[in-house]
Amino acid sequence: MNAPQLTRISTLLQNQEEAILSEWIRAQLGPGVFRSAVPPQSELHEQSKTLLRALRDALRQASSTDITSPEWESVRENLADVSRSQAREGSSPTETATAVLSLKQPLFGRLIDDCKDHPEEISREIRGASELLDKLGLYTMEVHQKGREQLIVRQQEEMQELSTPVVELWRGILALPLIGTLDSQRTQVVMENLLEKIAQTGAPIAIIDITGVPTVDTLVAQHLLKTISAARLMGADCIISGIRPQIAQTIVHLGVALGDVITKATLADAFAIALKRAGLSVTDNRTA
Amino acid sequence: MEKIPIMKISNSLLVTIQVDMNDSLAQELQDDLSDRIVQTRATGVLIEISALDIIDSFIGRMLGNITAISRLLGADTVVVGMRPAVAITLVELGLPLSGIRTALNVERGLAMIQPSMDAKEGDGRGPV
Repeated sequence: MNAPQLTRISTLLQNQEEAILSEWIRAQLGPGVFRSAVPPQSELHEQSKTLLRALRDALRQASSTDITSPEWESVRENLADVSRSQAREGSSPTETATAVLSLKQPLFGRLIDDCKDHPEEISREIRGASELLDKLGLYTMEVHQKGREQLIVRQQEEMQELSTPVVELWRGILALPLIGTLDSQRTQVVMENLLEKIAQTGAPIAIIDITGVPTVDTLVAQHLLKTISAARLMGADCIISGIRPQIAQTIVHLGVALGDVITKATLADAFAIALKRAGLSVTDNRTA
Repeated sequence: MEKIPIMKISNSLLVTIQVDMNDSLAQELQDDLSDRIVQTRATGVLIEISALDIIDSFIGRMLGNITAISRLLGADTVVVGMRPAVAITLVELGLPLSGIRTALNVERGLAMIQPSMDAKEGDGRGPV
C-alpha cells in the first residue's frame, strides 16, 4: 500500500529516476554541500543511486512515512552506509545531512510541475516530501553521533583494560600500579582484578602504588579504602606506596583518614616491608 | 530442613557453609554455634564461606554478628575463603566487617588460630 500523501513522489521517482538522480548529484556537488572533502563522483553516483532506489521501493511498499518501521529498513541501512563512509572521508555531519536534503531541489521542482492541474495539492505534497527528507537527513546525523559514541565507549574500555594490571612482584606479593584518576567505575575494575589475582595466586600481601594518580581527594581515598577492605575480607593485607609529598599534604589537609593502612613513599620501601612479612630478605653479594 | 554442619577439630570448630544462606538458616547457625562453643569450650572457630556466592546485607550483618559472638565467648574466629564477588558486595554494602579476621583458605585460617590452640592445650610449644 502506498503512503497516502506521497503517491506523487513515488510515481515521480519511478518515472523520472535518471533525471532526478543526475540533478541530485549536481546539487550535491554544487556549492554549499561538501566543503572539506568532495567524494569521488563515481562513488557519489553509486551511493545516490542505491539510496534513491531504496527510497523508491520503500515509498511503494510502506504504509507510512515512519522511517523507524521495518519497511524502511533498507533506506536506513543505505543512509547509515552513506553517513559512515562520508564520515571516514572527513565530511562533517552537517555536510552529509545537507547532501541528503539537497534531494529537495530536483524533487520539489518536479512535484510543482506534476501538480499543475491540482494547485490545491501542491502545499500538501511539498510538506509531505519535506517532512520525509528532513527525517532522512536527521537520521544521518543520528548515525554519525552513534558512531562517535561507540568509538568513545570502545576507547574507554580499552583504556580501562590497559590501565589496571596486577603484577606479581614475588611469590605471594602482588603489586597494583595505578595510573590516572580513580573514579568509581575504574575502582570496580581494579578491585575485581586485584581480588581475582589474590584468589588465583593466594598472595597474602598486595602493594597499591599510586605514583601515577595525579590527585587524591576524599573520593579517591574512599575508593582506595574500599579496595583495601575488600582485599582484607579475602585475607590479604594492602600497603599503599608512591605517596608524593604534595599528596601527603593534601591527604592531611583534607582530613582523609586512611585508618591503619600501612603507607610508604616509594614502591621499594613497600616491597621491603612485604618481603620482611613474607620472611624473606635481600642480601648484597658484592661486599665480602 | 537444611542445617549448617559444625565440625570439631581438636580444640576448634569448623563451620562450612555449603548451601545458599537464607535468613532463618543464618539465625539458626548463630544459635547453634554459640551453644557449641560453650559446650565444647572451643578456642578457635573457622567459618568457611567459599561456597557462598550471593550475599545480602542481612547475611553480611549476621556473619559479622556470629563472628563477634564467637569472640565474646572466647574463641578466636576467622572467616575464610571469601569469594571476590562477595568481598566486593560486602564493601559496596558498607559492611567491611572491620575487626573480623579473615584468611584466604582453611589452611591459612588454621595457621592463624593455631597459636591460641597451642597455648590452651599447653603442649609445651607455647604461642609462636
